[in-house]
Amino acid sequence: MIGLEHYLTVAATLFVIGVFGLFLNRKNVIILLMSIELMLLAVNINLVAFSSYLGDMVGQVFTLFVLTVAAAEAAIGLAILVCFFRTRGTIDVEDVNVMKG
Amino acid sequence: MIQADLNIILPEIVLSVFAMSALVGTVYTAKDRAAGLLTWVTAGVLALVALWIGLTGEGVNVAFGGMFHDDAFARFAKVTILLSAAVVLVMSQDYMARRGMLRFEYPVLVTLSAVGMMMMVSAGDLIALYMGLELQSLALYVVASLRRDSMKSTEAGLKYFILGALSSGLLLYGASLIYGFAGTTLFSGIIGAAGDGQAPLGLLFGLVFMIAGLAFKVSAVPFHMWTPDVYEGSPTPVTAFFATAPKVAAMALFARVMHDAFGGVSNDWGQIVSLLAVLSMFLGAIAAIGQTNIKRLMAFSSIAHMGYAMIGLAAGTALGVEAMLIYMAIYVTMNIGTFAFIMSMEKDGKPVTDISALNMYAKREPGRALAMLVLMFSLAGVPPMLGFFAKLGVWRAALDADMVWLVVASAVASAIGAFYYLRIVYYMYFGEEGETLETGRAPVLWVCLMGSAAVMVLGIINLFGIEGAAAAAAATLVN
Repeated sequence: MIGLEHYLTVAATLFVIGVFGLFLNRKNVIILLMSIELMLLAVNINLVAFSSYLGDMVGQVFTLFVLTVAAAEAAIGLAILVCFFRTRGTIDVEDVNVMKG
Repeated sequence: MIQADLNIILPEIVLSVFAMSALVGTVYTAKDRAAGLLTWVTAGVLALVALWIGLTGEGVNVAFGGMFHDDAFARFAKVTILLSAAVVLVMSQDYMARRGMLRFEYPVLVTLSAVGMMMMVSAGDLIALYMGLELQSLALYVVASLRRDSMKSTEAGLKYFILGALSSGLLLYGASLIYGFAGTTLFSGIIGAAGDGQAPLGLLFGLVFMIAGLAFKVSAVPFHMWTPDVYEGSPTPVTAFFATAPKVAAMALFARVMHDAFGGVSNDWGQIVSLLAVLSMFLGAIAAIGQTNIKRLMAFSSIAHMGYAMIGLAAGTALGVEAMLIYMAIYVTMNIGTFAFIMSMEKDGKPVTDISALNMYAKREPGRALAMLVLMFSLAGVPPMLGFFAKLGVWRAALDADMVWLVVASAVASAIGAFYYLRIVYYMYFGEEGETLETGRAPVLWVCLMGSAAVMVLGIINLFGIEGAAAAAAATLVN
């Protein structure tokens, strides 16, 4: 029987993969965007699992809001990335280094 | 029923409708030619809404089943946010117009992010909190990369976006855990589940993630890495905006979540917040010493100031929240003056941000140099200026809560931090004769700089009466 813990474990694993993807990735900014998406989707699994476990609809409503915002966020991220590519001609993570910090 | 709810959020509705109609209206008519006019109109509308909220709002109004709170705390934060956004818009207009980067999207985006901030400080529910936060952040990501032909600006936007999205993810994961273990997303329900002094482990996990996400937004150490780069890369007026309104909103949201949703376990989060505060104060003070770019220096200064403001939050009392609100109001005023000065620094019509350009500035521009001296002393917390009284307030709150070590640590940090503020003053008055810096001719910047410096001196008489408003605000939040 698949219970709440299983869902939470999957979600936690996906979330950690997303966080590590952000920090360990040295190649491409697109992969960073994918990692961010992965984190948000992990949160959605969490919310839906809790919602079904608690028998409460709010979690699923929250999920719909998160999905919408994630779409808007991806759109803005890609738009900024296009501007970045136009000025720099590359989207390698290692080249995001005009300012050191 | 719905009518009453809509009445409570009327200021937010007015501003959103204004932003959207301004966007559509300008796209179909004049586009960037109307940008200057639109900036002034937007600043006026923001200031009017601030007056409306400040003068007419009273009592505690709850809308949408507890999702939205309109109380004295929210009103104090909203007035600060709207006024500072309006002043920054007015300052930006001339600077951006002369450099050909004034676009009509800029005031629209600032308005939308202000709506997001108003939503944040009024949130009474995790969903409302998240929506407000994202509305604010998404608009800010775009204004950070406003100069889309500049390498630095687009890089700043990209860095801000990626780290901001990470912080939203952390906050959201925390929110999902809190929802799961409390069984509700309403703050009023969470405070019941968190109990008095004992919270379930899952809830504490959620709380930690939530604090991490919020610490990102207020740029507290160890989640500060985005701040110097974003401050340096963004156009200066945008940096001025980042250093004022969003900081107030994030700090107020921090206080709201901690007290409204986790007021029962203030011992647990008090420790985390005081650790963040100490780290921020010291890193802000020490890392700024080596900076030569004044915008980067202001970034570290803002990190340190967030640390001081968080002392008030860590105290976990009404006095602490009051001190924090006053600190933020004073901090915003100081920063507006300082950025008005930074925006007027130029050579051959190009903006200069190097500190060494200030050599012997006092000889040529004694008035401005004196105003900057007052502001720097105030930022450093030298006694006769208002900045000292801001620090005194949070120290009093911390002593009241028996956190002597926090007071000692922050006194040491502010002594270290005084060094780099005074170094700017040293350059202006005793530096070596070097290349000359031209002074901007914009009268608006002059007015903002002088006004802010005057407030730092005159405010010590009675703080312009904001103390009573802040005390009332804190009383509605902590009970």
